[in-house]
Amino acid sequence: MTEELDAGLVAGRIAESDQMSEPSAEREMGRARRRKEDARLVTGRTMWTDNIQLPGMLYVAFLRSPMAHARITGVNVSAARSRPGVVAAYSGRDLAGEQGSLPCAWPVTEDIVIPDHPPMAVDEVRYPGEAVACVVATDRYRAADALEAIAVDYEPLDPVLDMTEALAEGAPKVHEAGNRAFTWKFAGGDIDAAFRDAPVVIDRTYVQQRLIPTAMEPRAVVATTDGDGFTLYSATQIPHVLRVMLAMTTGIPEHKLRVVAPDVGGGFGSKLQVTAEEVLALLLARRLGRPVKWTESRSEGNLTVHHGRDQLQRIAVAADRDGRIRGVRVELLADMGAYLMLVTPGVPLLGAFMYNGIYKMDAYDFTCTGVFTTKMPTDAYRGAGRPEATFAIERAVDELAHELGIDPVEVRRRNWITREEFPYTTIAGLTYDSGDYEAATEKALAMFGYDELRAEQADRRERRDPVQLGIGVSTYTEMCGLAPSRVLGSLSYGAGGWEHAAVRLLPTGKVEVVTGTSPHGQGHETAWSQIAADALGVPFEDVSVLHGDTSVAHRGMDTYGSRSLVVGGVAVLAACEKVKERARELAAHLMEASADDVEFDGGRFRVRGTDEGRTIQELALAAFAAHDLPGGFEPRLDAEATFDPDNFSFPHGTHLCAVEVDTETGRCAIRSYVAVDDVGSVVNPLIVEGQVHGGIAQGVGQALFEEAVHDADGNLVTTTMADYLIPSAADLPEFTTGRTETPATSNPLGVKGVGEAGTIASTPAVVNAITDALRPYGVRDVRMPCTPERIWRALAEAEAAVPGQAPATGPAPAAVPGFAPVPTHGSTPGAAPPPAPASEPIRGFVAPATSESAPEGGAR
Amino acid sequence: MNGETDITGADGVPDPVTADLRLSVNGVPRPVTVDTRETLLDTLREHLGLTGAKKGCDHGQCGACTVLVDGRRALSCLTLTVTADDVEIVTVEGLADGDALHPLQAAFIENDALQCGYCTPGQLCSAAGALAEAADGWPSAVTPDLSAPPRLDETEIRERMSGNLCRCGAYPGIVAAVGQVAR
Ligand code: FES
Ligand code: FES
Repeated sequence: MTEELDAGLVAGRIAESDQMSEPSAEREMGRARRRKEDARLVTGRTMWTDNIQLPGMLYVAFLRSPMAHARITGVNVSAARSRPGVVAAYSGRDLAGEQGSLPCAWPVTEDIVIPDHPPMAVDEVRYPGEAVACVVATDRYRAADALEAIAVDYEPLDPVLDMTEALAEGAPKVHEAGNRAFTWKFAGGDIDAAFRDAPVVIDRTYVQQRLIPTAMEPRAVVATTDGDGFTLYSATQIPHVLRVMLAMTTGIPEHKLRVVAPDVGGGFGSKLQVTAEEVLALLLARRLGRPVKWTESRSEGNLTVHHGRDQLQRIAVAADRDGRIRGVRVELLADMGAYLMLVTPGVPLLGAFMYNGIYKMDAYDFTCTGVFTTKMPTDAYRGAGRPEATFAIERAVDELAHELGIDPVEVRRRNWITREEFPYTTIAGLTYDSGDYEAATEKALAMFGYDELRAEQADRRERRDPVQLGIGVSTYTEMCGLAPSRVLGSLSYGAGGWEHAAVRLLPTGKVEVVTGTSPHGQGHETAWSQIAADALGVPFEDVSVLHGDTSVAHRGMDTYGSRSLVVGGVAVLAACEKVKERARELAAHLMEASADDVEFDGGRFRVRGTDEGRTIQELALAAFAAHDLPGGFEPRLDAEATFDPDNFSFPHGTHLCAVEVDTETGRCAIRSYVAVDDVGSVVNPLIVEGQVHGGIAQGVGQALFEEAVHDADGNLVTTTMADYLIPSAADLPEFTTGRTETPATSNPLGVKGVGEAGTIASTPAVVNAITDALRPYGVRDVRMPCTPERIWRALAEAEAAVPGQAPATGPAPAAVPGFAPVPTHGSTPGAAPPPAPASEPIRGFVAPATSESAPEGGAR
Repeated sequence: MNGETDITGADGVPDPVTADLRLSVNGVPRPVTVDTRETLLDTLREHLGLTGAKKGCDHGQCGACTVLVDGRRALSCLTLTVTADDVEIVTVEGLADGDALHPLQAAFIENDALQCGYCTPGQLCSAAGALAEAADGWPSAVTPDLSAPPRLDETEIRERMSGNLCRCGAYPGIVAAVGQVAR
């Protein structure tokens, strides 16, 4: 091929140069490539939003409400305006005409209440930390200092903190329309029949405490204008979604707005948002005609980055005495906080299809009510709805196992979808395409040493060891790869779930992959390079991945919901396939063969049965030179593709956790943790491993350490990292991880997604382990986070409720050893009264939070 | 500002007090004039263009701002720049020797010790400091035998690195990387 080009021409010089690569037949898929991203990151040659300095840049600081709920009767910013270095200061009223309302893209019901959500409060503040005024100054210290000079008059209103009270008659209102945002229902099968005459009903209420996502990089925004168009740099997961939403909110035409996500330091859902600060930064740049920057402090972030979870879950499981589940009924209260942000109301719905877990059953009934409170809005946080669902069903199944005296693994085995039954349409209406719960569980049990640990547990119970061993099991699946657009449409979501990619071959045969995903730690540059290298037969090093800038990657749906590989990675593959077809056509032309006779292998197109061939790099150059192309062939080897999946993907796995709980102090330590995950085919095992580790760390954080706490006035008291505890290296054990692999059938890569798996499985595994350790003491639940104090109180209360149960002081507990039913926990009609309460009373539903309800003909 | 000393400007706001310093950062003399209230982290990031050290909390609670001051790790968000005159400061930008990565940097890549990378500069400087402390025989809260030189096993490394939070949860890789260099 190269001899066909005159060396005097540019193309000829390229052909002679050492820029031209050879094809590569080395298989990249499944290879533990070290990440391309890392060399930059470990040397500090990075571009985080807060690093950006632009000429004439001004700095923004926000004055934030010190109250959860108050009427604003006056804001005076004039003194702040005369402070040194201050260029401007505004109240919410000053911006009321142009600031619009922050969007909610997921109106889950027809009659949902979506309150107006001004980026800066105008008349009323509804959560602590809501912005009420801002200062723009020549440096960040002056901006912060000038906030002191702003006077705000507040007329305090009653905070609304408790969801059940919020729904009661006469409760103080967060918004005029009342505190109920929506009620959403789903039903499959005959739930009354399932519960009617059910021999066993497990009825529990669990508190999914409010979490603060705590990405290590605080949010930051830079907005700049050239008088015509605007550029917004933001620490965001969603530059593309953000662009269209900001255009609609601010009135800046979409084509005049470029959004860039530079290096972004973690998101976990928290940067899947259209924030007040992003809107306001644009408005300030527009008003002042100068670049502005805002970077949040950690305390500001704890207050005003959207929170996660915060649901009150009542779950009832009806079962036969052999452990077969007949039906599951779920009633959920979901704390929306004060406003509905981007996907706030949709988060519980993402869990709605997952409360049936991996199990078969005859009926399922789900009701969720979204409730307004005077707290920071909740929204997506790693797993978004699915960890909550998995927690409830996995805790309840453990309770069922205990109730029936059956090993918790065995109860799961009796109910799960068997490997022969895939594809399987669940009672929640999803079709799980593939999986092998048996294989994952067997592998996990073997790696964990389940039988040995059970033996040790029995021994410790026998010996009345003050340090008890608990074993927690959690199986899970999750709907990943968000999402088939048609499903999102049926759930009233405001957009589709496709993803886009463009692939272009440069004259030297190097490859640029442009992706609509927006990585912030997931290693897309590496994984997408592996996919493209395999598909095109080019070296891994020859691929660059471009992303995170709407002027570079013009179409995209961004990164969240374990979707990037499953949707975006598949789009990259599809674009590569199109490029390959074009290259095949060109190769056939140059070799005077029919395209059908040209085969592709390892980067080389060859005429079947001959030695005649062209490398993909040679073809790239030939397309560039355009001296000899087939008729009508445009001189380029590039292509775009958009992939919209037909179905979700369903990773699954089995996690096992052993904890040691000191029954005298309440101290709990994880002794061992085994995770076996089936995430389908694996592009890069190193990245998968990292995602699993990180997921487990966050799930363990919820189980043991993390909670956003408000005082009685509604102030957030966990505003620093000393109050809101995320796990450190010393708080976590070594995790033992393993994989099984059943490829997804819904995409050509066979991938399922891994970003959220660890978080989903680990929380119930840990809490099941703690409960398991404490069962002989009559403890049946410990509310998360299971701090030493909560564990200690749970033990003390159980002891007070049924004196003498504690083995340390009384006779050996009835549950020792093995799985004999504990007599006091009867659920058979006419059995003993309900046993000890949970460590803290749970406000909420009417039925006793922790007692078995005897069957009542299906009615509660 | 009770009228004892007149440090206030015309508008009642104190004028900043500044100091001229001869900082030495990554082996390069960096003379600066700073507000005496300024932290070393802000000086590095805002005035010296060294944005490697990160502000994760500004409260000494996350470790993202860790740098080395005369070879010992320091939280630059809690260090006033005026105290850093005449010391040798090393940031993540100064760990590598030209194009040759510091062994810890190479080990972090090799062991997949990072995801988003935001905490990483702090982790690296902290790890360098931790290795030096162990080499100098400093015990940690979990050192079993105070009379023997500490052995950097996994428990020791986890404890010694516990001041550096990583929300991505890259701890297994971080522990492995530090262990690899310690050996
Ligand atoms: S920024 Fe210094 S410890 Fe967090
Ligand atoms: S790598 Fe993201 S916080 Fe550590």
